[in-house]
Amino acid sequence: MRSWKRWHRDARRHPLSALVSLITHLAALCTVLILGFLVAYILINGIPNLKPALFSLTYTSENQSMLPAILNTCTMTLLSLLLAVPVGVGASIYLTEYAPRGSRLVALVRLTTETLSGIPSIVYGLFGMLLFGNALHLGYSMLSGALTLAIMILPLIMRTTEEALCSVPDMYREGSFGLGAGRLRTTLCVVLPAAVPGILSGVILGVGRIVGETAALMYTSGTVEKVAGLMDSGITLSVHMYRQASEGLYTEQAYATAVVLLALVLMINLLASRLAGKITKGRQA
Amino acid sequence: MSNTFTVKDMNLWYGDFHALKDVSLDIPKGQITALIGPSGCGKSTFLRSLNRMNDLVQGCRITGDIRLCGENIYGSMDVNLLRKRVGMVFQKPNPFPMSVYDNIAYGPRTHGIRKRAQLDEIVERSLRDAAIWDEVKDRLNRSALGLSGGQQQRLCIARALAAQPEVILMDEPTSALDPISTGRIEDLALDLKNDYTIVMVTHNMQQAARISDRTVFFLLGEVIESGETEQIFSLPKDSRTEAYVTGRFG
Repeated sequence: MRSWKRWHRDARRHPLSALVSLITHLAALCTVLILGFLVAYILINGIPNLKPALFSLTYTSENQSMLPAILNTCTMTLLSLLLAVPVGVGASIYLTEYAPRGSRLVALVRLTTETLSGIPSIVYGLFGMLLFGNALHLGYSMLSGALTLAIMILPLIMRTTEEALCSVPDMYREGSFGLGAGRLRTTLCVVLPAAVPGILSGVILGVGRIVGETAALMYTSGTVEKVAGLMDSGITLSVHMYRQASEGLYTEQAYATAVVLLALVLMINLLASRLAGKITKGRQA
Repeated sequence: MSNTFTVKDMNLWYGDFHALKDVSLDIPKGQITALIGPSGCGKSTFLRSLNRMNDLVQGCRITGDIRLCGENIYGSMDVNLLRKRVGMVFQKPNPFPMSVYDNIAYGPRTHGIRKRAQLDEIVERSLRDAAIWDEVKDRLNRSALGLSGGQQQRLCIARALAAQPEVILMDEPTSALDPISTGRIEDLALDLKNDYTIVMVTHNMQQAARISDRTVFFLLGEVIESGETEQIFSLPKDSRTEAYVTGRFG
């Protein structure tokens, strides 16, 4: 109660700052409440509907199994990251470490990435279908989908990686150059390891977008309820859920799928932060 | 006595700003040369030209002649090899975010030493030479960022020594440290001058007087006076030098 008394006293002395403090507290509380409500709502509606049949190896319209979709989601995530991360990280390394600071090319690439990140995902889907599906004859396939998603998350990966690289203090670079190391060694051995946590946070955001994407995938990887190989069409969890919900017959199963989707995203995030901890071990004080 | 560095008619510009004007200077081997002067006088800029760290600054242009043991360092010399020969210790301790061992081994590894036994030996010798072995020998595999500021700076000196340089440039190496750590670094510099040529920028005139053999006074990008430290501090030839070393400005 003492803190309450103090708050009261402070509020009388500085009414405006007390008001601002109240508003910011409420805003913070609001976000937590919304998230809490969302998660609780999904869990309450979804958990009772989680039945063993939903995890059968093959999908039928009877069992509405989501296991193929779960596996496809994992494949899609891995494949998209495999395509997007090397390109994104490589481009960011060029922009921050190699390109002359403030050059026209850098400004152009930045403008391009900013623009790319603002395009709605359905446009990516259409583009992916026309380019990968039709022009390159990949058809409805996991590869078409992964290529499309890779382009979609590229700006995200690039921006976070760039920020991470920029936040590595220049004194590390100077220290490395001062010992006679070249730019490549400096970047690979000193700058990049120091930026790993930031890069991983970008990858996590990317994973979130991949797992949650529906519009771009319906056009490119299709809606076949089967465990898919690289060149096969296969449905992912979000698309699976969208289909269940939009058909109106399987709302309960859709809730169950939502629970699994939530758990999957949470697991991937935990895994990534655990990985970041492993990599940066022995680096922090 | 032979000179490690001979600098002739050196000029340096940052864009349009003429930062160093007609600097000519000899830096003798096996001595500590202190560069003093008020902030912005160009002493750090000069130091950074000696191992071409200014190459990293955009818009930096250098004319004139800087020779390391007779060899023009802005000529055909490989810049990475130059920086191996001319090590550097920075104002703020900057150990890499890795283990103590990896910090010290970074230089040797850069220059192609891979054998574990050889690296072990270099690491121990460098840490001993930098008078920090006893404090870190039990924590070689822990992060270097856990050390105190003074320890970190000695670690950085050890890291520079591990690359087996001929010269060590120190850019205000004690300005971020407490008096006790400063004293240790100064003792260390005195020990090291038997084997290395040391060029040190300092803001602290007592420090220059205590440990350096020669002192160079910079003002507004020009070398006003250089000579034996004793002479600079007791019988300066230029009135501006006298005003500075007696603390009348700066």
